[in-house]
Amino acid sequence: MGRIVFSAGMNGNNHQANIADERRPGHRIPGSQSEFREDDPPMKPAKRRAGIPGGSHLLRFRAVAGSVLLLAATIVHAKLNIVATTADLAALAQAIGGQEVAITALARPTEDPHFVDAKPSFIVKLSRADALIHGGAELESAWLAPLLAGARNAKILPGAPGNIRACQGVQMLEVPDALDRSHGDIHAAGNPHFLVAPENARIVATHLAEVFGQLDPPSAALYAANRKAFTEQLEARRRVWRNALAPFKGARLVAYHNSWPYFAREFGLEISLFLEPKPGIPPSAAHLAMVMARMKEQQVRVILHDPYLDRRTAETVARTTGARVVNVTQYPGGVKGSEGGYLEMMDYLVNTLAQALAAASPAPPAAPGAQPK
Amino acid sequence: MISMRLSLMRWLGMLCIGGVMAATAQGAGEVEQLQRQLRELQENFERVMREQRQQIEALQQQVERLQARQPAPPVKAESPPVAEAPEESDAVRRGWSPPDPIRIGQGGAYMDIGLVGTFAVGGSTARDIEGGTQLGGHDPNRRGFTVQGVEVEFEGAVDPYFRGSANLNFAMDGEGESFVELEEAWLETMALPGNFQLRAGQFLTDFGRLNGQHPHQWAFVDAPLVTARFLGPDGLRNPGARVSWLMPTPFYSELFLAVQNSHGAGAAGFRGGGHHHHGGHGDSTALPLGYRHADNDRGIRGLGDLLWSPRYAVSFDVTETQTVLLGASAAWGPNASGGRGDTTTQIYGLDGYWKWKPANAHGGFPFVSFQTEGLVRRYGLGAFDWADEAQPQVFTAPLTPARLGRETVTDYGFYAQLLYGFRKGWVAGLRYDAVTGERGKYEKLGLTDADGAPWGRDPLRRKRWRLSPNLTWYPSEYSKIRLQYNYDERADLGADHSLWLQWELLLGAHGAHRF
Repeated sequence: MGRIVFSAGMNGNNHQANIADERRPGHRIPGSQSEFREDDPPMKPAKRRAGIPGGSHLLRFRAVAGSVLLLAATIVHAKLNIVATTADLAALAQAIGGQEVAITALARPTEDPHFVDAKPSFIVKLSRADALIHGGAELESAWLAPLLAGARNAKILPGAPGNIRACQGVQMLEVPDALDRSHGDIHAAGNPHFLVAPENARIVATHLAEVFGQLDPPSAALYAANRKAFTEQLEARRRVWRNALAPFKGARLVAYHNSWPYFAREFGLEISLFLEPKPGIPPSAAHLAMVMARMKEQQVRVILHDPYLDRRTAETVARTTGARVVNVTQYPGGVKGSEGGYLEMMDYLVNTLAQALAAASPAPPAAPGAQPK
Repeated sequence: MISMRLSLMRWLGMLCIGGVMAATAQGAGEVEQLQRQLRELQENFERVMREQRQQIEALQQQVERLQARQPAPPVKAESPPVAEAPEESDAVRRGWSPPDPIRIGQGGAYMDIGLVGTFAVGGSTARDIEGGTQLGGHDPNRRGFTVQGVEVEFEGAVDPYFRGSANLNFAMDGEGESFVELEEAWLETMALPGNFQLRAGQFLTDFGRLNGQHPHQWAFVDAPLVTARFLGPDGLRNPGARVSWLMPTPFYSELFLAVQNSHGAGAAGFRGGGHHHHGGHGDSTALPLGYRHADNDRGIRGLGDLLWSPRYAVSFDVTETQTVLLGASAAWGPNASGGRGDTTTQIYGLDGYWKWKPANAHGGFPFVSFQTEGLVRRYGLGAFDWADEAQPQVFTAPLTPARLGRETVTDYGFYAQLLYGFRKGWVAGLRYDAVTGERGKYEKLGLTDADGAPWGRDPLRRKRWRLSPNLTWYPSEYSKIRLQYNYDERADLGADHSLWLQWELLLGAHGAHRF
């Protein structure tokens, strides 16, 4: 662990970056070379200098010595520098790592995780990471490989302990029998949107605690304790979530993209009608007409909308069928109200859906003047 | 305190030895009491064991039921990791597959295999399409249909130390002759210390932005004039080695240095002179640059006979939604001009790329990107006397073979392109190309061919510009259809109009692209 952490909070696009840092401001060494922070207020060094009168050599010496000691202390107790591809993985890593880790998420929570640009700045972050957490189920396959190649970091290469495939141990759904792209952009490893099921969050959290403990043995007990606390909370809330959605067992919902099978299975919902005719293929008019007919036939009143999908299509369908568009996300911070961590995001999802389904179920409002052919 | 500690010791003793009475029994009553406690303990222990067995059995049944109901778990038995396996955690041992490389497509093979086929149909008002209006080796090359390239790509981890990549390109020239090119085949270190990386084999030189990309990544159907004219129809691409260093700066900045052979088709501006696809007067066998003889390959006598290409690249995320990548490149090496073979070519380039994509883009759209590259080439022309040739082709006056002096000529050029992805799958593009050369001494001599017809200015260095709007539709990430118009204005030759429709298919695994 004897490495200096370059906290990579340069451009403000590290959503989870340095959360632990901010919680423990005393841990940071102002002006030390171990931290490059362009977002530091420029006033800081001036203030510090003002505090040390120019003539007092003793004070200056003390300050320097103190800095050196602090720097040494940081090197010894350097945090694990974790990079997660997406915000959900970052949130779980934060729950497990607590203050012992510095976390950077590459994809923004509002961003389509399939289509993230392989920005060179990500190479820098990955080159300095102690561990990389990725889904492992091809969600990031369009952008992660060249970043890993450019990062040339042995700690996070496939096969290294720091290359954490979150999907390990997760029972994947919708694993295709045959790989055939005429079925759209399907993933060989199964549907990669697995983290919205609490059971899978528990598996990933356990996995993270074990790997963090391997990478940072002195804090292993702490990671284990964090995992225990997290999974206890998760189990407690899982009961609440199940109760909240229990009245709507079997309810049908529409989504743009097939990213909700794990959530549907957990809560007994039916999310099998999609605005996309096939994964990754934009909706055609004929397909939308079929979807709308089915929605009316099956009394479907809720359309799930992720922030990075085409809202206009969802709204058109909603207008025609009398359904409502509900903002959802699988990434903490992806939608207003889902900020915080994994549990908060799930709270938001469950509450939002329960409200929407409650509003929709008793007496479906007549579709305003829209009679499809 | 003492008695507590004693009783604790006693309990421990009983557990360890398996129920032997503590040696320090202090009376019959106490012995009886202890015997009773032991019995209770044994009963308790057995009950717990029983309960646990039942629980385990129940759980096993549950697991079996669940497995019967669900499809088989996708976690297939795969070969163990080749790297020294790290001490695996409990969780990892729990039947998980070892970490395998990240792939597009099924990770069931040791390498990813993909195929990209690019085709075009169209026409031009120009007669000299191949090497005339279209300078790139994989541009549309004739009226009607062109096979621009069918690339087969192989990619994967060689072993724990290297990754490998190979790229073979099949294509047809304007006459319909098939040819195969070894575009790339290299191995690259995975993690050298000090953030270094070494690549060796046949590879595209990191000069500017476009040269390192395969033609199917380009946003236009053809190569820009400046890169095709200065770097060669096929770009800079040769056997060699490259070292790169990811610098310890807080932003991305990387230094590259490549050393490659300086002859052959992949180094047209150096000693690959004879391979120019084009020449003057629509004659594809005409000699390049200054009408010097290009057949003077002297082999490799020292490091100076190789092609050296340094590059520095730097990138910033300007805002959350905007990224800039800037680079400066150079290429130095000998060229094949003149009779003595001691002349050199120096090419310098600056490149910039900027991209904006909103935080909630849908499938990567909308986006706006701007890309530009500017190049300068200084080409050393060797002294050459056409009188020494058995069949002189260049004359200063009728029947006087030309005697050409030594000189260095300078050429400039750039392209700039703007792309707007206005809705998912749709991109509108506009590119402007311009190239020109400073008039050389040889161009002032009034050279003629054997019949006394003037050669005029060197068409390979003459002023020229081109404007190319296009529209691309990506039905999915694996196919595209592109329509492009070129307005092409060549000094001395006038304007030409070309219209090309390009389509592309992508099969199998395809490696993700760099930014």
